[in-house]
Amino acid sequence: MSDSKMISVTVNGETTTAAVPVRQNLVDFLRNTMGLTGSHVGCEHGVCGACTLEVDGAMVRGCLMLAVQADGTQVTTIEGYGDRAAALRDAFTARNALQCGYCTPGMLASAVEYIEGGGAADRAAIREHLSGNYCRCTGYQSIVDAVCDVIDGASA
Amino acid sequence: MSGPLTIFDKPNSYIGKPVDRPDAKRLLQGRGKFVDDIQLPRMVHGAFVRSPVAHGRILSIDLEEARGVPGVIAVYTGADLAEHVTPYVGVLSHLAGLRSAPQMPLAVDVVRWTGEPVVMIVATSRAVAEDAAALVYVDIEELPVATDMERALEPDAPVIHPDFGSNLAWERTVEVGDPDAAFARDDVTVVERTFRFGRHTGVTLEARASVVEYDPSEDQLTCHYSGQAPHMMQYIFAKHLGLAEENVRVISNDVGGSFGIKIHTYGDEIATAAAAKLLGRPVKFVADRLESFLTDIHARDHVVHGRIAVTQEGKIEALAFDDITGIGPYSMYPRTSAIEANQVLNLTGAPYALENYRANAKVVFQNKNLMCQYRAVGHPIAMAVADGLLEDAAAEIGMDVVEIRRRNLVKDDAYPCVSATGMKLDDLSHHKTLDLLIETMDYDAKRAEHAALREQGIHRGLGLVSMIEVTNPSPMFYGIGGAPIASQDGATIRLDAGGAIHVSSSVTEQGQGTNTILAQVAAGVFGVDMDRVKVTTGDTKTTPYGGGTWASRGAGIGGEATLQAAFALKEQVLDVAAVILQAKVEGLDIIAGHVCDTDGTQRMSLSDLARTVYYRGNELPSDMSPELVATRHYRVSDFPFVFTNAAMAAEVEVDPETGFVKVLNVWAVEDCGRVINPKLVDEQIRGGVVQGIGGAFYEECIYSEDGQLENATMADYLVPMAFEMPDITVAHVETPTKTSVLGAKGAGEAGTGGAPAALMNAVNDALRPLGASIHQMPMTPERILRALGTV
Repeated sequence: MSDSKMISVTVNGETTTAAVPVRQNLVDFLRNTMGLTGSHVGCEHGVCGACTLEVDGAMVRGCLMLAVQADGTQVTTIEGYGDRAAALRDAFTARNALQCGYCTPGMLASAVEYIEGGGAADRAAIREHLSGNYCRCTGYQSIVDAVCDVIDGASA
Repeated sequence: MSGPLTIFDKPNSYIGKPVDRPDAKRLLQGRGKFVDDIQLPRMVHGAFVRSPVAHGRILSIDLEEARGVPGVIAVYTGADLAEHVTPYVGVLSHLAGLRSAPQMPLAVDVVRWTGEPVVMIVATSRAVAEDAAALVYVDIEELPVATDMERALEPDAPVIHPDFGSNLAWERTVEVGDPDAAFARDDVTVVERTFRFGRHTGVTLEARASVVEYDPSEDQLTCHYSGQAPHMMQYIFAKHLGLAEENVRVISNDVGGSFGIKIHTYGDEIATAAAAKLLGRPVKFVADRLESFLTDIHARDHVVHGRIAVTQEGKIEALAFDDITGIGPYSMYPRTSAIEANQVLNLTGAPYALENYRANAKVVFQNKNLMCQYRAVGHPIAMAVADGLLEDAAAEIGMDVVEIRRRNLVKDDAYPCVSATGMKLDDLSHHKTLDLLIETMDYDAKRAEHAALREQGIHRGLGLVSMIEVTNPSPMFYGIGGAPIASQDGATIRLDAGGAIHVSSSVTEQGQGTNTILAQVAAGVFGVDMDRVKVTTGDTKTTPYGGGTWASRGAGIGGEATLQAAFALKEQVLDVAAVILQAKVEGLDIIAGHVCDTDGTQRMSLSDLARTVYYRGNELPSDMSPELVATRHYRVSDFPFVFTNAAMAAEVEVDPETGFVKVLNVWAVEDCGRVINPKLVDEQIRGGVVQGIGGAFYEECIYSEDGQLENATMADYLVPMAFEMPDITVAHVETPTKTSVLGAKGAGEAGTGGAPAALMNAVNDALRPLGASIHQMPMTPERILRALGTV
């Protein structure tokens, strides 16, 4: 079970070449090999959304994609979001839209996707969009508030 | 108002302000430091072979193939670890008669629940450890199971611990007044119901995790631990692994959710520590989600037969119930699994003036995962039973549910008083919170709207709850029973040479904002800006000794210790300043990092003062030796607990065709005493309500009759998601507790403890015109349809 394959992947703008076990998932590669521990593992079967990250512009579950499948792709993790998430970070802080912070990187990634996709400040639509991300600490309300704040601010 | 300003109303106080959490920035950058983020040199990984059956005798274990897998470092059975770990028993002496059997980290000879760890594999990676685990063959002779907690008490049931003769772990009865006579009166209406509460579990998004390192040169064990009570774990690791307590360090940095899940002793975690000690190298174990569902403590699991007698005027004449709760095959160590039933006895009906009360609880062993303390211990059962019976009784006598509460709730000016079960109560405000709730939700308008909608075939309902919440426990909770769990907490505050202060506290941060609250209190009381405060929690080596954070004690106990330490440090600093400035100490204050005259005129910066003390002590009188550090500890005395109270309401819409219930609104009014940070408290309450909604409608650990957990994945076990959740309106009444200067109680349990009762009452309000009712949680669509008689 130790078969490995060389991959070349650009993570947050930096290209890395590494030998990865063919059965290793992308989030384990990012966390354990790259040291990018911002993406978290909650369930390892694609339900909780804690490992949500961006691969070639699409949101994926880092636990459902194998590292070898990321060969030749551009990956963005929470560590690489930079200014794209700046307004959301401010709004999340102001609204206390996080508690333990474990779901937060994945939640932010989904919120960035919603906002960049032109989503409206519509609470039901935001709630629906974020329904792939578990949060066990907040009541979700402050997260919805934060997303609305950013959209309202952007459209003002 | 006249007189000097206090720490609560002076302009630079942070107490009561919705300040941002300083640690949010770090977590929002993905720079949290959770246990699984830790990689240490030579670190190896643990995986467990777990029992596939609920009850059985281990005949043999074949480890040959597993040992041969390249990368496997060690393989341990229960017998192997029994040579290095002493057994533990989850009993407390003040819960008289409670019994439990000795437990070991890995099963020895007999397995008693599906998922119980049997063999530990340590390997160079988790993947290799799992590969090897799959090659272990455990030959188990299955034994008859006792899974249903009611049947487990029957005389012919299989006995899980044969020496005990039965599966009864503990029983307690409370009786006050003459309930039988009250129920027999001919001027009362008696309502009788059977309530069932499913098992659910915490589903912390970060699973249980530990990385344990052992340094044989100093006999030093260091455990990086995702947990809530580091000092308790220090004791447990030391005692059961045979180490000096001072040689065990437990570090709980960022914790990804806890809710009471992470305050217990789990075999796989003890085994991880034992492996680290035996191997002399770091061992990591992070539960996967399947392991979490199988072995993280479960909660609730009660059947309650309850009765209430009310007069035509709505006065409660008697309340009585029998509670049976299933706790799995052991009482959890060291907090015990009997505390939940004890809370149910203590809290049921406690908001109401009751003269006649009888409660019996039976705590039962069964072949399921262990049940123990989870957020709002016992509260959802107590509130749902009392307020469920009360609202049903109101319907029987044709009285409004608000009116019947007003006639029975203990008056706000009646405190201090003692509840029917002997609990000392003070500083509560049931009527004020209920009044504010009614106003906030616009109760009469809602009732009118629902009546109109019923004409159109839309079935909405309102349900309420009046509750009390146990917070700030004193030594009477655990310490008195012999558990190594501190009820006091400490804070050390140090003034650094740069003029910043460093707070080190024994309460812990799990995301609720403890560190922020401590910084607010310290900054405000001492007199620096909040960005000049650093807080350390969660490290037994560097913090004062204390209990950690559970039972909503962080702000109330940890906050008060911090307040006292800040006062003490301020006194020291002003004494030094008076000498340096040749001023009278009464004329000085500290504001925004400067020693000032009381009119605000700045005299010197704290940095200048600290540098003088630290670097140029020659300038001070020789008999003056300021330390610029102060430690204070605090515990609640005179009361076993501090209670908060709340009133909540829920509005639901039931679809009788599908059985689906939509939660439209939840309103919560809580009196948690002094609110230190409304932004944090509000979201604590909302998060708690959402966990309560989970228990009421979605979450259930479903077992087969032979003890298999059938929905042990996040895809099968339903957790509330953003889409199903309503916006939740929160309001506060503030009655500070007189037990402390800060006056803070706790705010963590109320939502989870009260919401299920309000939701069940709301569903029954919607169902009543349809001639149906439900008293089982979670209230799934199928159960609603069964209640309606359509399936």
